[in-house]
Amino acid sequence: MSGTPLLSLAIWVPILAGFVVLATGSDRNAPLARMLSLIGAVAGLLVTIPLYTGFDMRTPAMQFVELATWIPRFNVNYHLGVDGISMPFVILNSFITVTVVLAGWQVIDNKVAQYNAGFLIMSGLLNGIFSALDGVLFYVFFEASLIPLYLIIGIWGGPNRVYAAFKFFLFTLFGSLLFLLALLYLFINSGGSFAILDWHQLPIGMSAQTWLFLAFLVAFAVKVPMWPVHTWLPDAHVEAPTGGSIVLAAIALKLGAYGFLRFSLPIAPDASHELSGLVIALSLIAIIYIGFVALVQEDMKKLVAYSSIAHMGFVTLGFFMFSAMGIEGALVQMISHGFVSGAMFFAIGVMYDRAHSRQIADYGGVVNTMPKFAAFFMLFAMANAGLPATSGFVGEFMVILAAVDYNFWVAFAAASTMIVGAAYTLWMYKRVVFGAVANHHVADLTDINAREFLVFVLFAIGALGMGLYPQPFTEVMHSSVNELLRHVALSKIQ
Amino acid sequence: MTLAEMQFQMPDLRLASAEIFMLLMACLILILDLFVKDRKRTVTFVATQLTLIGAAVVTFATSSGEIAYTFSNMYVGDLMGDLLKLLLYLTVIVVLFYSRGYILEREQMARGEYYSLVLFATLGMMVMISANHLVTVYIGLELLSLSLYALVAMNRDSVPATEAAMKFFVLGALASGLLLYGMSMIYGATGTLEITTIAERLYTGQADKSILVFGLVFLVSGLAFKLGVVPFHMWIPDVYHGAPTAVTLFIATAPKLAAFAMVIRLLVNGLIVLAQDWQTMLILLSVLSMAIGNIAAIAQTNLKRMLAYSAISHMGFMLLGMVTGVVGGDARFALNAYSSSMFYVITYVLTSAGTFGMILLLARGGLESDELEDFKGLNKRSPWFAAVMMMMMFSMAGVPFFVGFFAKFSVLQAVVAAGYLWLAIVAVLFSLIGCFYYLRVVKIMYFDQPTNTAPIVAPMDMKILMSANGLAVALLGIFPQALMSLCAFSLLRSL
Repeated sequence: MSGTPLLSLAIWVPILAGFVVLATGSDRNAPLARMLSLIGAVAGLLVTIPLYTGFDMRTPAMQFVELATWIPRFNVNYHLGVDGISMPFVILNSFITVTVVLAGWQVIDNKVAQYNAGFLIMSGLLNGIFSALDGVLFYVFFEASLIPLYLIIGIWGGPNRVYAAFKFFLFTLFGSLLFLLALLYLFINSGGSFAILDWHQLPIGMSAQTWLFLAFLVAFAVKVPMWPVHTWLPDAHVEAPTGGSIVLAAIALKLGAYGFLRFSLPIAPDASHELSGLVIALSLIAIIYIGFVALVQEDMKKLVAYSSIAHMGFVTLGFFMFSAMGIEGALVQMISHGFVSGAMFFAIGVMYDRAHSRQIADYGGVVNTMPKFAAFFMLFAMANAGLPATSGFVGEFMVILAAVDYNFWVAFAAASTMIVGAAYTLWMYKRVVFGAVANHHVADLTDINAREFLVFVLFAIGALGMGLYPQPFTEVMHSSVNELLRHVALSKIQ
Repeated sequence: MTLAEMQFQMPDLRLASAEIFMLLMACLILILDLFVKDRKRTVTFVATQLTLIGAAVVTFATSSGEIAYTFSNMYVGDLMGDLLKLLLYLTVIVVLFYSRGYILEREQMARGEYYSLVLFATLGMMVMISANHLVTVYIGLELLSLSLYALVAMNRDSVPATEAAMKFFVLGALASGLLLYGMSMIYGATGTLEITTIAERLYTGQADKSILVFGLVFLVSGLAFKLGVVPFHMWIPDVYHGAPTAVTLFIATAPKLAAFAMVIRLLVNGLIVLAQDWQTMLILLSVLSMAIGNIAAIAQTNLKRMLAYSAISHMGFMLLGMVTGVVGGDARFALNAYSSSMFYVITYVLTSAGTFGMILLLARGGLESDELEDFKGLNKRSPWFAAVMMMMMFSMAGVPFFVGFFAKFSVLQAVVAAGYLWLAIVAVLFSLIGCFYYLRVVKIMYFDQPTNTAPIVAPMDMKILMSANGLAVALLGIFPQALMSLCAFSLLRSL
């Protein structure tokens, strides 16, 4: 497939589709807007398939590389490429976009064109982040992707949406502005290059590495989000419409984690080793403390939001133990979390659309009126709890295995909280789904329709497929992860 | 000196032909307007626009790309000046189109004087841009200022406008005084008013440093007033708020270009040897402006006032590029730094024109539309113009893919290159604060329900121009290279 600019297509097909959808205008054309969005999203997914089928697993080098000058004045290039670490996320993101368009099909009836266009444009921008090999290009996509999500939360969100949208935007902008300064510092000190791969080779002194690492840490920790800068996430999730929550959980959170692998570890390896204790401590706090916080939530979306933070704690924990098992486990956890949290938010959205409540206390006995839904919800609740045979298990298990090698007590702390994870998810499930029909709202519920069924099946294929047969996901990562580890083991101090 | 030596030498008029053309046409239009009976003064309007286009043609045709002096070295023609003048004409043309509907609805303003005053102000700015002599700078500045005072006061029956004009005039006169005092000190120390000669004399060390620095303080104060940076910013919010919006649009755009040129002419062309001294002063001004501008803007409920504080913070940010040109006597970074400032100021003018233009677009039927409330639910009334305004806001906040991002990017890059990392951190933190009030405008347009559901009525030319303005902000944000290199190239050929 050489010659076809696949990554450019993955970025620009959804964005162009977004503008076409915008052009349909007012809500009189809503059916047309929905149809065009679905076509755009599916087309966006199709162009990413060759990225997997044409991927060479033996090399850690960047593939499908595209290079064109963009702003020669600052030596900024339109430089794209993916390796085994980033490629799965491009596909995951394009896949999630399809589910998001389907998830909002009947639910969103206000400014349909703008809603769908927002998601399509964001999808392209997110693909841009994962495939950018130029610092400025990365940053531009990274920051531009805030705009659609800000609008989506603010326009279609819940009652407290304005607060949530502002908090989301300003928190993440704060992190990324320091990140921008780090990029400029690297640009000046690398003799005028914005190529991320050049920066990987750039020797940097220890104190500069520490500052760079901290700047990266702030930017990515906000995005992941890590304790203690996680407070924007529950607000954003609770207020966002279902589609917004799905994208936020499934993709946007992964950006921070991806940033650690693309920037922090290879550019500041010595500082990464030096400060790994800090990151591991923060990760464990996220896993344990946030796990307990999730346990007491009364709002289902908040509960899943907190559980996302705890799951992302496993990801950052996996990265900073510097073993292949840990990093691959963390990557698997990231992809799995994309399917599982996306499905959880969709499930909550399905209930919310019918009963207009997210409070656990307002439900009970849903299985009696929505048996098909209850079955799917069960599957994803189990996956969220990390039950074997679901994708949630694979990643967490790998990270815990790596942690045993690293330090027994870290592993002990991480592993014992899997119990908490099971507790909050299954307890919520029990209170919502089982028991007698709680009230007339629950009694009036109707089971999922064909569209919702389809979305659940899409998510289930991901979650179960990955749980039963994770190899197709892990084998593409091997060489890139090994190369990364080899690189991180070398000191950059001269 | 004998009489024979004092022979009158004809200056090379060709270099200054654009200014001469502008002067003649401004006077002609003043007379022409006496015979215009049409209340809409279409003839005057068209003649004014044609004058600006004509001036652009003249400037373009006489631009040689070389540095040349005339009028006994009082006037300089160079590429930076030509570029700024061309942008100036373009800005004024756009301003006149945006203002047309607004002034037609106000009897006091719909007069021929409006056009003449705008042309005289433009002439003043052209003189400022091409000045190579302290007196020339001053003449240009006064021509601009006096025209602006009259423009602000033009809506005679409006109390806020009269008050704004009064404040503008009193404080402007004070600033002119400061500037003149500084100039006289510099004259005392160097014995010349010619900017290039001042630079030579400073370079060869024939000047008394203590008097010079004393004069420099006054000079910088005068400049700071004209730029509107803290602590000389007091007039900006009142004038922006009180002036008729069409005049605010004018004040908020074109004079920024001229003020930038004035900074380059005085500080860089003339006093580069004192760079360490004026850079320290500008750092203070810049940090204070970003702090006070951004924080005070949050508290505003009037959009014009909010944009006034935003202008203060933007000028502060622009100055960051000016303070990083010379590091420890090393002028290696000068071109990079000054061209980033130039790029910043040009993109600011572009965005500012669009923002005030939007206020004019919404103001109809003799009513103002300058409260934040007036933008409520704009997305419901007109998705396209809400999107244009959103692009302006995100551009001002410095979010990609809009041109404001690359403006901030290039200035920050210059700051980091010069080693002022702390300054860059301060700048981004205040930008973050600034982001809040730009986001609030987006929130008001997109998240709130409209209180006024009347569709937007505006002349087609204005709608087209407004859309083009929005697209320019987006397109320059995706392809900033051409404008960036144009700035760098013109400065390279002019310094």
